[in-house]
Amino acid sequence: MDFRFDIIVEYAPFFLKGTLLTIGLSLAGIAIGTILGLFIGLGKMLKNRWLSFPFECYITIFRGTPLMVQILLIHFAVVPFIIDDTNGIAAAIIALSLNAAAYIAEIFRAGILSIDKGQMEAARSLGMNHVQAMRYIILPQASKRMIPPLGNEFIILIKDSSLASLVAAPEIMYWGRAMNGQYFAVWEPYLTAAVIYLLLTLSLSYLLHRLERRLATE
Amino acid sequence: MIRVEKLKKSFGTNEVLRDINISIQPQEVVVVIGPSGSGKSTFLRCINRLETITEGHIYIEDKDITDKKTDINKIRENVGMVFQQFNLFPHKTVIENIMISPLKVKKAKESEAKEKGMALLRKVGLEEKANVYPDSLSGGQKQRVAIARALAMEPKIMLFDEPTSALDPEMVGEVLEVMKQLAKEGMTMVVVTHEMGFAREVGDRVIFMDGGYIVEENIPAELFGNPQNERTKLFLGKVL
Ligand SMILES: Nc1ncnc2c1ncn2[C@@H]1O[C@H](COP(=O)(O)OP(=O)(O)OP(=O)(O)O)[C@@H](O)[C@H]1O
Ligand SMILES: [Mg+2]
Repeated sequence: MDFRFDIIVEYAPFFLKGTLLTIGLSLAGIAIGTILGLFIGLGKMLKNRWLSFPFECYITIFRGTPLMVQILLIHFAVVPFIIDDTNGIAAAIIALSLNAAAYIAEIFRAGILSIDKGQMEAARSLGMNHVQAMRYIILPQASKRMIPPLGNEFIILIKDSSLASLVAAPEIMYWGRAMNGQYFAVWEPYLTAAVIYLLLTLSLSYLLHRLERRLATE
Repeated sequence: MIRVEKLKKSFGTNEVLRDINISIQPQEVVVVIGPSGSGKSTFLRCINRLETITEGHIYIEDKDITDKKTDINKIRENVGMVFQQFNLFPHKTVIENIMISPLKVKKAKESEAKEKGMALLRKVGLEEKANVYPDSLSGGQKQRVAIARALAMEPKIMLFDEPTSALDPEMVGEVLEVMKQLAKEGMTMVVVTHEMGFAREVGDRVIFMDGGYIVEENIPAELFGNPQNERTKLFLGKVL
Protein backbone atom coordinates (compact mmCIF):
# COMPACT_ATOMS: atom_id res chain seq x y z
CA MET A 1 0.00 0.00 0.00
CA ASP A 2 1.35 3.40 -0.87
CA PHE A 3 -0.24 6.30 0.92
CA ARG A 4 -0.96 9.14 -1.56
CA PHE A 5 -0.43 12.47 0.11
CA ASP A 6 -0.93 14.20 -3.25
CA ILE A 7 -4.64 13.43 -3.37
CA ILE A 8 -5.04 14.70 0.20
CA VAL A 9 -3.34 17.93 -0.85
CA GLU A 10 -5.62 18.12 -3.85
CA TYR A 11 -8.69 17.72 -1.62
CA ALA A 12 -7.39 20.00 1.14
CA PRO A 13 -9.44 23.05 0.06
CA PHE A 14 -12.59 20.91 0.01
CA PHE A 15 -11.86 19.47 3.43
CA LEU A 16 -11.33 22.99 4.69
CA LYS A 17 -14.72 24.08 3.35
CA GLY A 18 -16.21 20.88 4.72
CA THR A 19 -14.73 21.57 8.14
CA LEU A 20 -16.26 25.03 8.18
CA LEU A 21 -19.64 23.56 7.35
CA THR A 22 -19.25 20.87 10.01
CA ILE A 23 -18.49 23.59 12.54
CA GLY A 24 -21.48 25.56 11.28
CA LEU A 25 -23.83 22.59 11.49
CA SER A 26 -22.57 21.77 14.98
CA LEU A 27 -22.89 25.32 16.25
CA ALA A 28 -26.38 25.65 14.83
CA GLY A 29 -27.34 22.29 16.32
CA ILE A 30 -25.90 23.26 19.71
CA ALA A 31 -27.60 26.67 19.77
CA ILE A 32 -31.03 25.60 18.56
CA GLY A 33 -30.86 22.28 20.39
CA THR A 34 -30.03 23.96 23.69
CA ILE A 35 -32.82 26.53 23.52
CA LEU A 36 -35.33 23.95 22.38
CA GLY A 37 -34.01 21.47 24.92
CA LEU A 38 -34.50 23.87 27.83
CA PHE A 39 -38.05 24.51 26.71
CA ILE A 40 -38.83 20.81 26.27
CA GLY A 41 -37.14 19.86 29.53
CA LEU A 42 -39.22 22.41 31.44
CA GLY A 43 -42.27 21.20 29.53
CA LYS A 44 -41.72 17.63 30.63
CA MET A 45 -41.51 18.83 34.23
CA LEU A 46 -44.97 20.42 34.17
CA LYS A 47 -47.12 19.00 36.95
CA ASN A 48 -50.18 18.61 34.75
CA ARG A 49 -49.91 15.20 33.07
CA TRP A 50 -51.81 16.34 29.99
CA LEU A 51 -49.50 19.28 29.42
CA SER A 52 -46.28 17.35 30.02
CA PHE A 53 -47.29 14.38 27.89
CA PRO A 54 -46.47 15.88 24.44
CA PHE A 55 -42.99 16.81 25.67
CA GLU A 56 -42.49 13.32 26.98
CA CYS A 57 -43.53 11.88 23.61
CA TYR A 58 -41.13 14.17 21.81
CA ILE A 59 -38.21 12.96 23.92
CA THR A 60 -39.19 9.32 23.55
CA ILE A 61 -39.48 9.53 19.78
CA PHE A 62 -36.26 11.42 19.12
CA ARG A 63 -34.20 9.34 21.52
CA GLY A 64 -35.78 6.10 20.44
CA THR A 65 -35.11 6.33 16.70
CA PRO A 66 -31.77 6.53 14.85
CA LEU A 67 -30.57 9.97 13.86
CA MET A 68 -29.89 8.60 10.38
CA VAL A 69 -33.56 7.78 9.96
CA GLN A 70 -34.52 11.21 11.26
CA ILE A 71 -32.21 13.00 8.82
CA LEU A 72 -33.47 11.02 5.84
CA LEU A 73 -37.10 11.49 6.84
CA ILE A 74 -36.67 15.20 7.36
CA HIS A 75 -34.72 15.75 4.17
CA PHE A 76 -36.72 13.59 1.79
CA ALA A 77 -40.16 13.63 3.37
CA VAL A 78 -40.91 16.29 5.98
CA VAL A 79 -39.26 19.37 4.45
CA PRO A 80 -40.47 18.70 0.87
CA PHE A 81 -43.96 18.06 2.25
CA ILE A 82 -44.00 21.45 3.94
CA ILE A 83 -42.18 23.76 1.51
CA ASP A 84 -42.12 21.69 -1.68
CA ASP A 85 -38.34 21.96 -1.90
CA THR A 86 -35.42 20.72 0.09
CA ASN A 87 -31.88 21.55 1.01
CA GLY A 88 -29.37 19.24 2.61
CA ILE A 89 -27.86 21.82 4.93
CA ALA A 90 -31.20 23.02 6.23
CA ALA A 91 -32.45 19.47 6.70
CA ALA A 92 -29.26 18.52 8.55
CA ILE A 93 -29.55 21.49 10.88
CA ILE A 94 -33.19 20.72 11.60
CA ALA A 95 -32.55 17.05 12.27
CA LEU A 96 -29.46 17.65 14.41
CA SER A 97 -31.21 20.34 16.45
CA LEU A 98 -34.38 18.35 17.02
CA ASN A 99 -32.39 15.27 17.98
CA ALA A 100 -30.00 17.09 20.29
CA ALA A 101 -32.94 18.91 21.90
CA ALA A 102 -34.35 15.61 23.15
CA TYR A 103 -31.09 14.67 24.87
CA ILE A 104 -30.48 18.19 26.13
CA ALA A 105 -34.01 18.32 27.56
CA GLU A 106 -33.18 15.30 29.71
CA ILE A 107 -29.90 16.91 30.78
CA PHE A 108 -31.73 20.06 31.87
CA ARG A 109 -34.37 18.07 33.68
CA ALA A 110 -31.83 15.96 35.51
CA GLY A 111 -29.84 19.08 36.40
CA ILE A 112 -32.86 20.84 37.83
CA LEU A 113 -34.06 17.75 39.71
CA SER A 114 -30.61 17.32 41.22
CA ILE A 115 -31.02 20.56 43.17
CA ASP A 116 -32.33 19.95 46.67
CA LYS A 117 -36.01 20.83 46.87
CA GLY A 118 -35.33 22.90 49.98
CA GLN A 119 -33.78 25.48 47.65
CA MET A 120 -37.05 26.01 45.82
CA GLU A 121 -38.98 26.06 49.09
CA ALA A 122 -36.64 28.62 50.62
CA ALA A 123 -36.91 30.83 47.55
CA ARG A 124 -40.70 30.56 47.48
CA SER A 125 -40.96 31.21 51.22
CA LEU A 126 -39.10 34.48 50.61
CA GLY A 127 -41.85 35.63 48.28
CA MET A 128 -40.26 34.76 44.94
CA ASN A 129 -42.62 33.41 42.32
CA HIS A 130 -41.80 30.20 40.48
CA VAL A 131 -40.05 31.94 37.60
CA GLN A 132 -37.90 34.10 39.87
CA ALA A 133 -36.94 31.08 41.98
CA MET A 134 -35.97 29.16 38.85
CA ARG A 135 -34.02 32.03 37.39
CA TYR A 136 -32.09 33.26 40.43
CA ILE A 137 -31.81 30.16 42.58
CA ILE A 138 -32.34 26.87 40.77
CA LEU A 139 -30.95 27.37 37.25
CA PRO A 140 -27.64 29.00 38.30
CA GLN A 141 -26.92 25.99 40.51
CA ALA A 142 -28.23 23.45 38.03
CA SER A 143 -26.31 24.89 35.08
CA LYS A 144 -22.96 24.20 36.74
CA ARG A 145 -23.87 20.56 37.10
CA MET A 146 -25.13 20.42 33.53
CA ILE A 147 -21.87 21.49 31.91
CA PRO A 148 -20.17 18.07 31.81
CA PRO A 149 -23.14 16.20 30.32
CA LEU A 150 -23.88 19.09 27.96
CA GLY A 151 -20.24 19.03 26.80
CA ASN A 152 -20.61 15.34 26.11
CA GLU A 153 -23.73 15.96 24.09
CA PHE A 154 -22.02 18.69 22.05
CA ILE A 155 -19.16 16.33 21.21
CA ILE A 156 -21.62 13.68 20.12
CA LEU A 157 -23.33 16.31 18.00
CA ILE A 158 -20.10 17.17 16.16
CA LYS A 159 -19.59 13.51 15.32
CA ASP A 160 -23.24 12.97 14.42
CA SER A 161 -23.12 15.85 11.96
CA SER A 162 -21.19 13.47 9.66
CA LEU A 163 -24.57 11.91 8.84
CA ALA A 164 -25.38 15.10 6.96
CA SER A 165 -23.24 13.69 4.12
CA LEU A 166 -26.18 11.36 3.42
CA VAL A 167 -28.30 14.30 2.31
CA ALA A 168 -25.51 15.90 0.30
CA ALA A 169 -24.62 18.63 2.75
CA PRO A 170 -20.97 19.23 1.78
CA GLU A 171 -19.37 18.79 5.21
CA ILE A 172 -16.24 16.76 6.05
CA MET A 173 -17.61 13.28 5.37
CA TYR A 174 -19.22 14.41 2.14
CA TRP A 175 -15.79 15.33 0.76
CA GLY A 176 -14.28 12.19 2.18
CA ARG A 177 -16.81 10.13 0.29
CA ALA A 178 -16.28 12.20 -2.85
CA MET A 179 -12.54 11.57 -2.66
CA ASN A 180 -13.17 7.89 -2.12
CA GLY A 181 -15.40 7.84 -5.18
CA GLN A 182 -12.89 9.61 -7.38
CA TYR A 183 -9.71 7.69 -6.49
CA PHE A 184 -11.08 4.46 -5.01
CA ALA A 185 -8.87 5.23 -2.03
CA VAL A 186 -10.04 4.42 1.48
CA TRP A 187 -7.20 5.20 3.88
CA GLU A 188 -6.54 8.73 2.66
CA PRO A 189 -10.07 10.16 2.73
CA TYR A 190 -11.32 8.48 5.87
CA LEU A 191 -8.15 8.96 7.91
CA THR A 192 -8.13 12.62 6.96
CA ALA A 193 -11.75 12.92 8.07
CA ALA A 194 -10.98 11.07 11.31
CA VAL A 195 -8.09 13.41 12.13
CA ILE A 196 -10.20 16.52 11.51
CA TYR A 197 -13.04 15.24 13.70
CA LEU A 198 -10.57 14.39 16.42
CA LEU A 199 -9.12 17.88 16.29
CA LEU A 200 -12.60 19.39 16.54
CA THR A 201 -13.73 17.26 19.46
CA LEU A 202 -10.44 17.70 21.30
CA SER A 203 -10.65 21.48 20.94
CA LEU A 204 -14.18 21.47 22.31
CA SER A 205 -13.17 19.23 25.23
CA TYR A 206 -10.36 21.59 26.04
CA LEU A 207 -12.64 24.64 26.00
CA LEU A 208 -15.23 22.91 28.18
CA HIS A 209 -12.59 21.77 30.61
CA ARG A 210 -11.37 25.33 31.02
CA LEU A 211 -14.89 26.64 31.48
CA GLU A 212 -15.53 24.02 34.15
CA ARG A 213 -12.37 24.96 36.00
CA ARG A 214 -13.25 28.65 35.83
CA LEU A 215 -16.71 28.02 37.27
CA ALA A 216 -15.34 25.72 39.96
CA THR A 217 -13.03 28.39 41.33
CA GLU A 218 -15.67 31.10 41.29
CA MET B 1 -53.09 37.46 62.88
CA ILE B 2 -53.33 33.78 61.89
CA ARG B 3 -56.62 31.94 62.04
CA VAL B 4 -56.80 28.27 61.14
CA GLU B 5 -60.22 26.72 60.69
CA LYS B 6 -60.92 23.02 60.25
CA LEU B 7 -57.63 22.50 58.48
CA LYS B 8 -57.20 19.08 56.92
CA LYS B 9 -54.28 17.80 54.93
CA SER B 10 -53.76 14.42 53.32
CA PHE B 11 -50.93 12.97 51.28
CA GLY B 12 -52.80 10.54 49.09
CA THR B 13 -54.72 8.38 51.53
CA ASN B 14 -52.52 9.36 54.46
CA GLU B 15 -54.49 11.85 56.58
CA VAL B 16 -51.78 13.89 58.26
CA LEU B 17 -53.80 16.82 59.63
CA ARG B 18 -57.31 15.84 60.62
CA ASP B 19 -58.91 18.93 62.11
CA ILE B 20 -56.74 21.81 63.20
CA ASN B 21 -58.30 24.94 64.68
CA ILE B 22 -56.28 27.71 66.21
CA SER B 23 -56.07 31.44 66.33
CA ILE B 24 -52.76 33.20 66.86
CA GLN B 25 -52.57 36.81 68.07
CA PRO B 26 -50.09 39.47 66.94
CA GLN B 27 -46.82 39.26 68.90
CA GLU B 28 -47.69 35.87 70.25
CA VAL B 29 -45.06 33.13 70.39
CA VAL B 30 -46.64 29.73 69.88
CA VAL B 31 -44.51 26.66 70.37
CA VAL B 32 -45.59 23.42 68.72
CA ILE B 33 -44.44 20.12 70.21
CA GLY B 34 -45.36 16.52 69.52
CA PRO B 35 -43.98 13.15 68.51
CA SER B 36 -42.33 12.52 65.15
CA GLY B 37 -44.84 12.18 62.34
CA SER B 38 -47.61 13.97 64.20
CA GLY B 39 -47.88 16.60 61.45
CA LYS B 40 -46.03 19.55 63.01
CA SER B 41 -44.00 20.36 59.90
CA THR B 42 -46.97 19.84 57.66
CA PHE B 43 -49.03 22.25 59.77
CA LEU B 44 -46.31 24.89 59.59
CA ARG B 45 -45.88 24.43 55.84
CA CYS B 46 -49.61 24.83 55.31
CA ILE B 47 -49.44 28.28 56.91
CA ASN B 48 -47.39 29.63 53.99
CA ARG B 49 -48.87 27.14 51.56
CA LEU B 50 -45.70 25.23 50.84
CA GLU B 51 -48.18 22.37 51.09
CA THR B 52 -51.47 22.52 49.27
CA ILE B 53 -54.33 22.56 51.73
CA THR B 54 -56.81 19.71 51.36
CA GLU B 55 -59.69 21.20 53.32
CA GLY B 56 -60.49 24.09 55.63
CA HIS B 57 -59.25 27.67 55.73
CA ILE B 58 -56.24 29.61 56.90
CA TYR B 59 -56.54 33.36 57.27
CA ILE B 60 -53.47 35.53 57.54
CA GLU B 61 -54.36 39.07 58.53
CA ASP B 62 -57.90 38.20 57.42
CA LYS B 63 -56.85 37.11 53.93
CA ASP B 64 -57.91 33.58 53.12
CA ILE B 65 -54.78 31.92 51.74
CA THR B 66 -56.79 28.92 50.59
CA ASP B 67 -58.66 31.21 48.21
CA LYS B 68 -57.38 30.76 44.65
CA LYS B 69 -57.57 34.52 44.09
CA THR B 70 -55.17 35.33 46.94
CA ASP B 71 -51.69 36.19 45.66
CA ILE B 72 -49.67 33.73 47.72
CA ASN B 73 -46.38 35.45 46.86
CA LYS B 74 -47.62 38.63 48.52
CA ILE B 75 -48.62 36.66 51.61
CA ARG B 76 -45.27 34.93 51.77
CA GLU B 77 -43.48 38.27 51.83
CA ASN B 78 -45.07 38.71 55.25
CA VAL B 79 -44.40 35.20 56.48
CA GLY B 80 -40.75 34.30 56.97
CA MET B 81 -39.72 30.69 57.31
CA VAL B 82 -36.65 29.06 58.83
CA PHE B 83 -35.93 25.44 57.98
CA GLN B 84 -34.24 22.65 59.86
CA GLN B 85 -31.76 22.23 57.00
CA PHE B 86 -31.10 25.99 56.65
CA ASN B 87 -31.54 25.93 52.85
CA LEU B 88 -29.13 28.79 52.26
CA PHE B 89 -28.32 29.45 48.61
CA PRO B 90 -24.84 27.95 48.17
CA HIS B 91 -24.01 29.91 45.01
CA LYS B 92 -24.47 33.24 46.76
CA THR B 93 -22.46 34.91 49.49
CA VAL B 94 -24.01 35.52 52.88
CA ILE B 95 -24.96 39.10 52.10
CA GLU B 96 -26.27 38.11 48.65
CA ASN B 97 -28.41 35.44 50.29
CA ILE B 98 -29.96 38.16 52.40
CA MET B 99 -30.30 40.74 49.64
CA ILE B 100 -31.67 38.61 46.82
CA SER B 101 -35.31 38.64 47.79
CA PRO B 102 -35.57 42.35 48.71
CA LEU B 103 -33.85 43.11 45.37
CA LYS B 104 -35.86 40.82 43.14
CA VAL B 105 -39.22 40.67 44.88
CA LYS B 106 -39.48 44.10 46.49
CA LYS B 107 -37.34 45.80 43.85
CA ALA B 108 -35.35 47.49 46.60
CA LYS B 109 -32.36 49.64 45.71
CA GLU B 110 -29.03 47.83 45.86
CA SER B 111 -27.55 50.26 48.38
CA GLU B 112 -30.55 50.13 50.68
CA ALA B 113 -30.80 46.36 50.54
CA LYS B 114 -27.12 46.12 51.37
CA GLU B 115 -27.36 48.52 54.27
CA LYS B 116 -30.33 46.68 55.71
CA GLY B 117 -28.67 43.33 55.11
CA MET B 118 -25.57 44.44 57.00
CA ALA B 119 -27.73 45.69 59.86
CA LEU B 120 -29.41 42.28 60.06
CA LEU B 121 -26.06 40.52 60.03
CA ARG B 122 -24.93 42.73 62.87
CA LYS B 123 -28.07 41.78 64.72
CA VAL B 124 -27.33 38.05 64.43
CA GLY B 125 -23.65 38.68 65.16
CA LEU B 126 -22.22 37.76 61.77
CA GLU B 127 -21.22 41.06 60.24
CA GLU B 128 -17.72 39.84 59.44
CA LYS B 129 -19.11 36.90 57.43
CA ALA B 130 -20.95 39.05 54.88
CA ASN B 131 -18.78 38.14 51.93
CA VAL B 132 -18.12 34.47 52.48
CA TYR B 133 -20.07 31.60 50.97
CA PRO B 134 -22.40 29.53 53.21
CA ASP B 135 -20.15 26.48 52.79
CA SER B 136 -17.56 27.96 55.12
CA LEU B 137 -20.00 28.61 57.98
CA SER B 138 -20.78 26.40 60.95
CA GLY B 139 -24.32 25.09 61.39
CA GLY B 140 -25.19 27.69 63.98
CA GLN B 141 -23.88 30.48 61.79
CA LYS B 142 -25.83 29.14 58.81
CA GLN B 143 -29.04 29.14 60.77
CA ARG B 144 -28.46 32.69 61.97
CA VAL B 145 -27.90 33.77 58.38
CA ALA B 146 -31.11 31.98 57.40
CA ILE B 147 -32.97 33.93 60.09
CA ALA B 148 -31.46 37.20 58.86
CA ARG B 149 -32.42 36.29 55.30
CA ALA B 150 -36.04 35.74 56.31
CA LEU B 151 -36.08 38.98 58.31
CA ALA B 152 -34.83 40.93 55.29
CA MET B 153 -38.33 40.78 53.84
CA GLU B 154 -39.63 42.45 57.01
CA PRO B 155 -42.15 39.72 57.72
CA LYS B 156 -44.87 40.09 60.30
CA ILE B 157 -44.85 36.41 61.12
CA MET B 158 -41.94 34.00 61.43
CA LEU B 159 -42.27 30.23 61.17
CA PHE B 160 -39.52 28.02 62.56
CA ASP B 161 -39.40 24.30 61.78
CA GLU B 162 -37.02 22.66 64.24
CA PRO B 163 -34.39 25.34 63.67
CA THR B 164 -31.89 23.76 66.06
CA SER B 165 -32.41 20.06 65.35
CA ALA B 166 -29.63 19.80 62.78
CA LEU B 167 -27.11 21.59 64.99
CA ASP B 168 -24.33 20.32 67.19
CA PRO B 169 -25.36 20.87 70.81
CA GLU B 170 -22.85 23.65 71.42
CA MET B 171 -24.44 25.74 68.64
CA VAL B 172 -28.03 25.46 69.74
CA GLY B 173 -27.70 28.31 72.21
CA GLU B 174 -26.57 30.97 69.74
CA VAL B 175 -29.58 30.32 67.51
CA LEU B 176 -32.08 30.24 70.38
CA GLU B 177 -30.57 33.51 71.60
CA VAL B 178 -31.40 35.19 68.29
CA MET B 179 -34.92 33.80 68.43
CA LYS B 180 -35.42 35.03 71.99
CA GLN B 181 -34.32 38.48 70.93
CA LEU B 182 -36.82 38.36 68.09
CA ALA B 183 -39.62 37.35 70.43
CA LYS B 184 -38.71 40.19 72.74
CA GLU B 185 -39.02 42.64 69.86
CA GLY B 186 -42.60 41.52 69.41
CA MET B 187 -42.38 39.23 66.39
CA THR B 188 -45.30 36.85 65.93
CA MET B 189 -43.73 33.41 65.92
CA VAL B 190 -44.77 29.80 65.41
CA VAL B 191 -41.96 27.51 66.48
CA VAL B 192 -41.77 23.75 66.11
CA THR B 193 -39.04 22.58 68.47
CA HIS B 194 -37.85 19.93 70.85
CA GLU B 195 -36.20 22.57 73.03
CA MET B 196 -38.52 22.48 76.01
CA GLY B 197 -36.41 25.07 77.83
CA PHE B 198 -37.05 27.53 75.04
CA ALA B 199 -40.76 26.68 75.01
CA ARG B 200 -41.02 27.35 78.72
CA GLU B 201 -39.07 30.55 78.68
CA VAL B 202 -40.21 32.23 75.47
CA GLY B 203 -43.50 30.60 74.56
CA ASP B 204 -46.75 32.37 75.28
CA ARG B 205 -48.57 29.19 74.49
CA VAL B 206 -47.57 25.60 73.85
CA ILE B 207 -49.48 23.32 71.53
CA PHE B 208 -49.17 19.56 71.77
CA MET B 209 -49.95 17.80 68.49
CA ASP B 210 -50.49 14.10 68.01
CA GLY B 211 -52.03 12.06 65.21
CA GLY B 212 -53.03 15.13 63.20
CA TYR B 213 -54.91 16.85 66.01
CA ILE B 214 -54.09 19.54 68.52
CA VAL B 215 -54.48 17.38 71.58
CA GLU B 216 -53.81 20.02 74.20
CA GLU B 217 -52.79 23.66 74.39
CA ASN B 218 -51.99 25.90 77.30
CA ILE B 219 -49.54 28.39 78.72
CA PRO B 220 -46.16 26.67 79.14
CA ALA B 221 -46.27 26.49 82.94
CA GLU B 222 -49.62 24.72 82.86
CA LEU B 223 -48.94 22.40 79.93
CA PHE B 224 -45.61 21.26 81.29
CA GLY B 225 -46.56 21.38 84.97
CA ASN B 226 -50.05 20.06 84.83
CA PRO B 227 -50.83 18.27 81.56
CA GLN B 228 -54.42 17.07 81.29
CA ASN B 229 -54.38 14.62 78.41
CA GLU B 230 -52.92 11.14 78.79
CA ARG B 231 -51.01 11.38 75.53
CA THR B 232 -49.49 14.70 76.56
CA LYS B 233 -48.37 13.16 79.83
CA LEU B 234 -46.87 10.20 78.01
CA PHE B 235 -44.99 12.43 75.56
CA LEU B 236 -43.72 14.82 78.21
CA GLY B 237 -42.67 11.87 80.34
CA LYS B 238 -40.40 10.79 77.51
CA VAL B 239 -38.84 14.12 76.59
CA LEU B 240 -38.51 15.94 79.88
N1 LIG C 1 -44.40 15.30 50.93
C1 LIG C 1 -44.98 14.28 51.59
N2 LIG C 1 -45.51 13.26 50.91
C2 LIG C 1 -46.10 12.22 51.55
N3 LIG C 1 -46.19 12.11 52.88
C3 LIG C 1 -45.67 13.10 53.62
C4 LIG C 1 -45.02 14.23 53.02
N4 LIG C 1 -44.59 15.05 54.00
C5 LIG C 1 -44.95 14.47 55.16
N5 LIG C 1 -45.59 13.30 54.95
C6 LIG C 1 -46.14 12.41 55.99
O1 LIG C 1 -46.91 13.17 56.87
C7 LIG C 1 -46.75 12.75 58.20
C8 LIG C 1 -46.43 13.92 59.09
O2 LIG C 1 -45.18 14.45 58.71
P1 LIG C 1 -44.58 15.75 59.36
O3 LIG C 1 -43.28 15.98 58.70
O4 LIG C 1 -45.57 16.86 59.31
O5 LIG C 1 -44.37 15.30 60.85
P2 LIG C 1 -43.58 16.06 62.00
O6 LIG C 1 -44.52 16.16 63.14
O7 LIG C 1 -42.98 17.31 61.50
O8 LIG C 1 -42.46 15.01 62.35
P3 LIG C 1 -40.92 15.27 62.74
O9 LIG C 1 -40.90 15.56 64.21
O10 LIG C 1 -40.29 13.93 62.44
O11 LIG C 1 -40.41 16.36 61.91
C9 LIG C 1 -45.69 11.66 58.18
O12 LIG C 1 -46.35 10.42 58.27
C10 LIG C 1 -45.04 11.79 56.84
O13 LIG C 1 -44.65 10.55 56.36
MG1 LIG D 1 -40.99 17.98 61.07
